[in-house]
Amino acid sequence: MKALLGLLRKEVYHILRDRRTLVVIILLPVVQVVIFGYAIRTDVEHVRLAIVDPAPDATTLAIRNRFEAAGVFRTVAVLPRMDGLEPLFERGAAQGAVVFEPGLAEKLARGLPAQILIVSDATEPNTGSIVQAYAAAVVQQYSRELGAPRRAGIRIVPTVRMRFNPTRQSSNLFVPGLMAFVLTIISSLMTAISLTREKETGTMEALLVSPLRPWQIIVGKVTPYLVVGFVSVIGVILEARLIFHVPLRGSVALLLFEGLLFILVSLSLGILISARTSSQRVAMMGALIGTMLPTMLLSGFIFPLESMPAPLRAISYVVPARWFVLVARGIMLKGIGLAYLWPATLVLIAMALLLLTASTRSFHERLES
Amino acid sequence: MTTPADDAVAVDRVSKNFGSTVALADVSFSVQRAERFGFIGPDGAGKTTLFRILATLMAPDQGRARVLGRDVVSDLWTLRARIGYMPGRFSLYPDLSVDENLRFFASVFGTTIEREYQQIAPIYSQLEPFRDRRAAALSGGMKQKLALCCALVHRPEILFLDEPTTGVDAVSRREFWDLLDTFKQSGMTILVSTPYMDEANRCDRVALMQGGRILAIDTPQAIADSFDRPLFAIRASDRYRALKALREWPHTHSVYPFGETLHYADKRTDVPADRIATEMLAFLSSHGFDDASVERTAPTVEDSFIARMGAPEGVRAA
Repeated sequence: MKALLGLLRKEVYHILRDRRTLVVIILLPVVQVVIFGYAIRTDVEHVRLAIVDPAPDATTLAIRNRFEAAGVFRTVAVLPRMDGLEPLFERGAAQGAVVFEPGLAEKLARGLPAQILIVSDATEPNTGSIVQAYAAAVVQQYSRELGAPRRAGIRIVPTVRMRFNPTRQSSNLFVPGLMAFVLTIISSLMTAISLTREKETGTMEALLVSPLRPWQIIVGKVTPYLVVGFVSVIGVILEARLIFHVPLRGSVALLLFEGLLFILVSLSLGILISARTSSQRVAMMGALIGTMLPTMLLSGFIFPLESMPAPLRAISYVVPARWFVLVARGIMLKGIGLAYLWPATLVLIAMALLLLTASTRSFHERLES
Repeated sequence: MTTPADDAVAVDRVSKNFGSTVALADVSFSVQRAERFGFIGPDGAGKTTLFRILATLMAPDQGRARVLGRDVVSDLWTLRARIGYMPGRFSLYPDLSVDENLRFFASVFGTTIEREYQQIAPIYSQLEPFRDRRAAALSGGMKQKLALCCALVHRPEILFLDEPTTGVDAVSRREFWDLLDTFKQSGMTILVSTPYMDEANRCDRVALMQGGRILAIDTPQAIADSFDRPLFAIRASDRYRALKALREWPHTHSVYPFGETLHYADKRTDVPADRIATEMLAFLSSHGFDDASVERTAPTVEDSFIARMGAPEGVRAA
């Protein structure tokens, strides 16, 4: 126990001595979340809107005014027929279009349902879905106001068609995924170089002849970075709330706990890589490739897991970030607790134990020759 | 005589290969308790591999090695607490201070600097003025002292020092050996390797190593005395040309540079030494070396080593 404490103290000295690295590893996740967060932001402004109004009347003009007043849309063209729409989309001159049917006001007056077609460019699916949602909201708002004094209720039925890519994604889902992405990379890197550095500089030789057992060395290497990683967890959660205004509907304590658990899994992955490699460079590459690609592709952070082929979905079950993304979205957006999240939590605990055991076993108690 | 079980180190036919490179070939020897035992040989002789095997850091391919009566492979964990090892490569933490390094190594062995102060005092007193200095900023000699201090802090029964004086200036080297003398009294067994022949005399016994084999084991005096021909030291202004000339002389057994001089041994064993000296002077002056001097000299461990191994490459003369 005393030996382990001595090792822990030594590791803390290493971390504190190297101030620059410490600042980098604490601030990097926060900075990365800002950069990536803005890069894949889906807030939509200044949408270029085309209007197709074959027979302008009081109602269509009123709705067109509503679009102008919404602040999000900028009308770039008013066309009499739908033919002119296609070139506008192809050139990118229009991102969305509102198509009125002729005689809209008359139909409404006769109590018939009136149709408005909303078209959006979904090459960028998020922009497409947002444009579509905004436009539908504008029409529905108008329709509600119109319907209120009359007895028939909603009279105008917006029909929605998403072009080029019919998927929908919500912007709030990005930040929790981004947290997982950034935290797992930095955590696994920290431990990946910790053992290999001692191997490279030759200090491993003196460490090995001590009575320290492999498990003690593994624990001694992981624990201090758990604290450093936890500071980053707090940083990115604060950032999610304050900069990206992601709701935090569930328990903060649970989110912090799950964050800590996820950091532990990532650190354990890093230490396993470190135990099995002999140079810092190889370990760093291993940690980067081992965390970045799976987290980016197979965690559901950017690409929905549901639409993946079964083999890829099967692989995603062993990606720690998949489970953390699930948990973080659950707590932050849905406000659910352990009652629903216990399976994912257990998976993360099992992963941490498995990786730590594997690291201890992979640790050579003699010099590798 | 002590029984083999009492030996501090007992190595029995140990071999170790790295791929096709032979690091140790069928090495056997034993070291008694409280003995100071030196391994002398050029780089690549297998000293570091041998020390790593004895310090439980490597398992031999063949053969058995016992330290303090325990097997270095199967009794790894009991041994590690009882031995002290100073690797050949500086292996302390450069970003930690002198005291932090020392405290770390004390703590992993479950002890403290304060409790072991008596043991390490002779070295620690020299390090204390720099106790807050980072290890990276120490001089070479001070680094070695700190490394020795770290290897000693848990009061090991046996100490393995792998080339502790390599890359250290002559004064620091002498100081380092003087320090080892202070630990000799405590009855600690010390195994030390060095490429410097002159350091052999500071050991009770030495083993001459080359190419993964032990060429000889004996006291330094006995090894030096085993050189059985009259030996001459030759001074000449152009040493290199004199060396070339002497290599052509039919009576030459061996001639090689030694410090400022050339060492020369004659083939003939039945000719008195002073006649050899006279003949040689005549030979040298006939080749234009009028300022040459020839003087009888006592053979050293180095002479003996060169005679045994034939090829003197890699040996660092003092």
